[in-house]
Amino acid sequence: MELFDILLSASFWAAAVRIASPLIFATMGELICERAGVLNLGIEGIMVIGAFAGWMTVYLGGGLWMGVAVAMFAGMLFGLLHATLTVPFGLSQHVVGLGVTLLATSVTYFAYRLSLPEVTSPPRIAPFQPLEIPFLSDIPILGEALFSQTPLTYLAFATVALVSLVLYRTPLGLALRAAGENPTSVEAQGLSVMALRMGAVIVGSGLMAVGGAFLTMSAFSSFFFEMVNGRGWICIALVVFGAWKPGKALLGALLFAAFDALQIRLQQTPLGAHVPYQVFLMVPYVLSILALVLMSRRAEVPAALMIPFNKGER
Amino acid sequence: MRLEPIANPSALRLFGLPTAALALTVVIASLLALLAGADPLATLGLILKGAAGSKFAILETLNRATPLIFTGLAVAVAFRARLWNIGAEAQLYAGAVVTVILGTGALGALPSILTILIIALAAMLAGALVLLGPVLLKTRAGVDEVVTTLLFNFIMLLFISYLLEGPMKDPTGMGWPKSASLDKAARLPRIVEGLRLHWGFALALIAAGLVWVLQTRTTLGFEIRAVGQNIEAARFAGMPVDRVLVKTALLSGGLAALAGFSEVAGLKGNLTLDLSPGFGYTGIIVAMLALLNPLGVVVTAIFVAGVFVGADSMSRAAGVPTYIADILLATSLLTMVLALRLTRARLRRR
Repeated sequence: MELFDILLSASFWAAAVRIASPLIFATMGELICERAGVLNLGIEGIMVIGAFAGWMTVYLGGGLWMGVAVAMFAGMLFGLLHATLTVPFGLSQHVVGLGVTLLATSVTYFAYRLSLPEVTSPPRIAPFQPLEIPFLSDIPILGEALFSQTPLTYLAFATVALVSLVLYRTPLGLALRAAGENPTSVEAQGLSVMALRMGAVIVGSGLMAVGGAFLTMSAFSSFFFEMVNGRGWICIALVVFGAWKPGKALLGALLFAAFDALQIRLQQTPLGAHVPYQVFLMVPYVLSILALVLMSRRAEVPAALMIPFNKGER
Repeated sequence: MRLEPIANPSALRLFGLPTAALALTVVIASLLALLAGADPLATLGLILKGAAGSKFAILETLNRATPLIFTGLAVAVAFRARLWNIGAEAQLYAGAVVTVILGTGALGALPSILTILIIALAAMLAGALVLLGPVLLKTRAGVDEVVTTLLFNFIMLLFISYLLEGPMKDPTGMGWPKSASLDKAARLPRIVEGLRLHWGFALALIAAGLVWVLQTRTTLGFEIRAVGQNIEAARFAGMPVDRVLVKTALLSGGLAALAGFSEVAGLKGNLTLDLSPGFGYTGIIVAMLALLNPLGVVVTAIFVAGVFVGADSMSRAAGVPTYIADILLATSLLTMVLALRLTRARLRRR
């Protein structure tokens, strides 16, 4: 019966929304890249550098929103690197993506060691505080879960709406989707596939970095090694699970986060005394694989995903 | 802008561009050293000295290269078929676990050579099985193997953590999460008595030779290349594509597992959670720099190991963070793939 107690508690749903927030940013970032036809495996490293850049900015005296902006800029820089290598030069998106992840991660660790050589426990910053929305936050359960979160969480939901709007309701979105489905048709319209794809990867990488920044600026308030811990890879699975659609990907992220919040709470129940804690910690990764297995037959993969486009070639 | 193929690249292009890529990497390393307040030339010198400046340094580099040759081969074999095995880390640990289970008395009193042989084969089998799951998901259900193999790494590490705190915990380990030590009969001996280099290195060289023979002299090698070059054409030509992919995966997983076997049986003697500082991931760099050539893997693995060993020793002396090694390798990977592309094509504004 403890399961029901957990599922009916507002704090559980609030935690689920909190856990989902960084995933939502990064999943939207990856979704934009893939909709334009580029798989971005740099996501894991870009989240790491986003987490560090945002935190470091605040630690050095910058404002919180300044930190978010710096994180986003750092992510966009690595996005530019990824885009340059994969789009005009058409290099393997797998190799470049993994290279970017390794580079962003090691640059971060290098910078961390350089700026804080002697620390044993990383310094803390004053993170984003919850912002209660008047009236709405008084609704039982839903109020605490959705309307007593930090501004970054609201921004995550706004991002989904914005991505969805741009993708489906604007000429830019149409061109972007076409770049991932049928790039030749885009060129026939006189638009540049290269510009669209590069733009998508740069903006998408910026969003991934904000997802990383959420971890240090809203969730944990300090930076430590391996804090991203595979979240980037999970987001790639979430894009597949969401069938490359922003709304569905959002649902996927929330569902996933609910399971994650549940496993944390289940560790404290009598079940947790019998089952090793590692089994609970495996849940997110196992769920991601299951999600991939369930959805990959049905999903409509962007037809030109991972296929480099070269003008004049068919 | 568009990419235009170059039919007959000049010698300057063929050799100049990769050299430029390497030079760029060195420039970046120097800048990083400057940033850390150290003398760039001295830093590079210290890395070189730490990697190859003494007999001890060279042996240390070769020891570090051993697991990288295995994981590099694992990646090279898989990538050749465009099977994106990013899970060498998990397969390595599978091999290590089996090595510990069989090497701590489970086999009884057999001659040492037989014990080691059985353990090596069992470790390979375990690694192969770990990759079998993702590859069957790929061939049967169309699930992308990049993400599944990546996620498997995290699951495997948690599983090892459970084993080391539970069933496989060393009762004499003072509460430290490590396994019991291997029996003497299960340990890989040193190649030359007195020199700190174990038979794992020789085994890695043999493996590289065997993989080279397989890739260039056998039907399976031909099929692997055909599947990698054009999967549709291979299918059309009547090749059993799925079966080739499964065989590739078994080979790749087995090779990665040998890295775990050789680290435990040759170097560490037991299993801990930090057995591999990312050997599985570094194997990708090793394989790519070697252009997926198995013999090239030996060379690049020694180079990559040298960078790591050298950076470790430099860091102790000059105070530049050791992560400079990872930055160097990531940069050399990215600049090298770009340089190689530019030897065969140029970007034209049009």
